Amino acid sequence: MGIFTTRASTALREAKGDLRIENVTKRFADFVAVDDLSLVVPRGSFFALLGPSGCGKTTTLRMVAGLEQPTAGKVLIGDTDLTGSRPYERPVNTVFQSYALFPHLTVRENVAFGPKRRGLPDALKLADEALALVEMGHLAQRKPAMMSGGQQQRVAVARALVNRPEVLLLDEPLGALDLKLRRQMQVELKRIQTEVGLTFIHVTHDQEEAMTMADTVAVMNKGQIEQMGAPAELYDLPTTTFVANFLGQANMVEAKQVGLDGDRPVYEAFGHRWWVPRHRSSVPAGEPAAYGIRPEKLRLNHERPALGGSSAAAGPGVLRDVSFTGVSTQYLVDLPGLGTWGVFERGRWIVRRRGVARSRRICCSCRGWPGW
Amino acid sequence: MAWLVMFFVVPMVQLFLVSLQSDYPGFPGYYYQDVNVANYARALTDFAPHFGRSMLFAGLATFFAFVLGYPLAYAMAFKAGRWRGVMMICVIAPFFTSFILRTIAWRQILSDEGWIASTLNAINLLPGGRITETWVAVVAGLTYNFLPFMVLPIYSSLERANPTVIEAGGDLYANGFTTFRTVTLPMSLPGVLAGTLLTFIPAAGDYVNAELLGSDVSTKMVGNVIESQFFRVLGGFPDAAALSFTLMALILALVFAYTRKFGTEELL
Ligand SMILES: Nc1ncnc2c1ncn2[C@@H]1O[C@H](COP(=O)(O)OP(=O)(O)OP(=O)(O)O)[C@@H](O)[C@H]1O
Ligand SMILES: [Mg+2]
Repeated sequence: MGIFTTRASTALREAKGDLRIENVTKRFADFVAVDDLSLVVPRGSFFALLGPSGCGKTTTLRMVAGLEQPTAGKVLIGDTDLTGSRPYERPVNTVFQSYALFPHLTVRENVAFGPKRRGLPDALKLADEALALVEMGHLAQRKPAMMSGGQQQRVAVARALVNRPEVLLLDEPLGALDLKLRRQMQVELKRIQTEVGLTFIHVTHDQEEAMTMADTVAVMNKGQIEQMGAPAELYDLPTTTFVANFLGQANMVEAKQVGLDGDRPVYEAFGHRWWVPRHRSSVPAGEPAAYGIRPEKLRLNHERPALGGSSAAAGPGVLRDVSFTGVSTQYLVDLPGLGTWGVFERGRWIVRRRGVARSRRICCSCRGWPGW
Repeated sequence: MAWLVMFFVVPMVQLFLVSLQSDYPGFPGYYYQDVNVANYARALTDFAPHFGRSMLFAGLATFFAFVLGYPLAYAMAFKAGRWRGVMMICVIAPFFTSFILRTIAWRQILSDEGWIASTLNAINLLPGGRITETWVAVVAGLTYNFLPFMVLPIYSSLERANPTVIEAGGDLYANGFTTFRTVTLPMSLPGVLAGTLLTFIPAAGDYVNAELLGSDVSTKMVGNVIESQFFRVLGGFPDAAALSFTLMALILALVFAYTRKFGTEELL
């Protein structure tokens, strides 16, 4: 195949800077997979895209990679508009959800594929370095079919990473790994990202993965971004019920803002009133709202504590289930009119110490203003 | 196992025994069992040109079937969309009519009075003045008749290829043509291998095309000789059997060399 020998690709576009997705919509026939989505991912940051199955995560990545063209809107890196350009022209690489390794090539040739196409003279050396980075050097001569899912995933990461793209897209790259390996790879990926300083866009269903790895998390639902921000911010102050439920667990109850105490909004729900700090409240007065509280912010009590001010309590209810998870003990309490609430408490002996026991009437309460 | 013995071993042994028989002197058409290796010697010396032609025509037909069949299979697998079923039927439909009748139809199409030959003659593009009775017609007939055997395995290997893998080629800086050359084509090689074998092997043993489309002398293939020795020449049985075995050995050797070169195991 001499006449075809690798020639440096002149097609690759120079583009450096933040990744900007501007008002992008993608329609498949009459189905809207991505709906007027805009976001900016700062250069060198670790961005996690989180959302339920079918919400359009893969479609979004494919539009960034150029494998799909948006129906409307633009994709830019820095000031270079990449909309309409071919995948091979973009300084973007993908770790595919299904790995998509070349079955006819060895691991080493797989990883060297990108550099070879770009006409880099030391493609194989680069491949070996990338394989070392994911600790797969010892399997360099294997064919993909002879490797486990986890090993293939690492090779897929190496194959994309070796190109040092401006933006690296990872579509659930850790989906096939067992929990331990997954945690290990998360740390690895984060380390690699910090070391090489690339922009990573990491798609996952796993909220814990998103929260531990990313600088910024965006929660997607039905083709739109519900909320975007630092992980702690999203967890502590979700702005929609969907986000509250998607990131960790939340006990939700319908509430209503009934007035102001000074400049603090006062809410009413399950028969009593309490206030919520202004910055935690996003609903205008009079509107129905959802009040949510994280299970780990609640305490179990035998008796309903005195209320007022910022404290809230619910109950009495019936303890339905207790499960010990190691870090905490999780209780499920049936509260009349509110449904079943979860309460996480640290330590195993809380039940006995506080005189709560199965089938006995207990209350959930909290102090301060951890809800929203 | 019983199946294998029944349908493969028994006839082969019988044929092999026949290939070593000798004539009863003075009684043409009667044979006795012998170890008459001269049958093989004669097969190789007298009919060497026929062997050569068989290999050459089959090789050419395989090549043309590949050149025509690959784009067809590619289009069916990736470009056809909802026309895929229709294309599939078009590829398979000829099987529903007789092989011989289709070849006769081609003889008429390519005949001296047919529109192809007359058009080419009219613009002086046909040096010999005719298509039938030449090797061109034989190779064309072989190509036509065995094209589906080339298309179907290639199609199935392309169809099985994961489209994301082909996309990965684009994602890794290979443009359309480079992706085809470095990803799609290599992934379909098992199909190409199967297709070339399925075309070459029957084409090399074929006699219908040479009989119906070729001439009496210059385009006869081994198959024709075997056929005539068996059915038309008195006392030709052992020779025909020896020719068959020689042809089989030759094909096996070629196929073996070919698969070794392109490494089946590596591809699958
Ligand atoms: N080529 C296509 N044609 C039609 N619909 C499509 C196509 N690709 C995706 N969709 C639809 O778009 C929606 C979003 O798909 P997408 O693959 O982006 O989901 P996802 O968020 O990646 O899900 P998952 O987490 O399961 O991978 C889905 O409902 C899917 O059915
Ligand atoms: Mg997906």
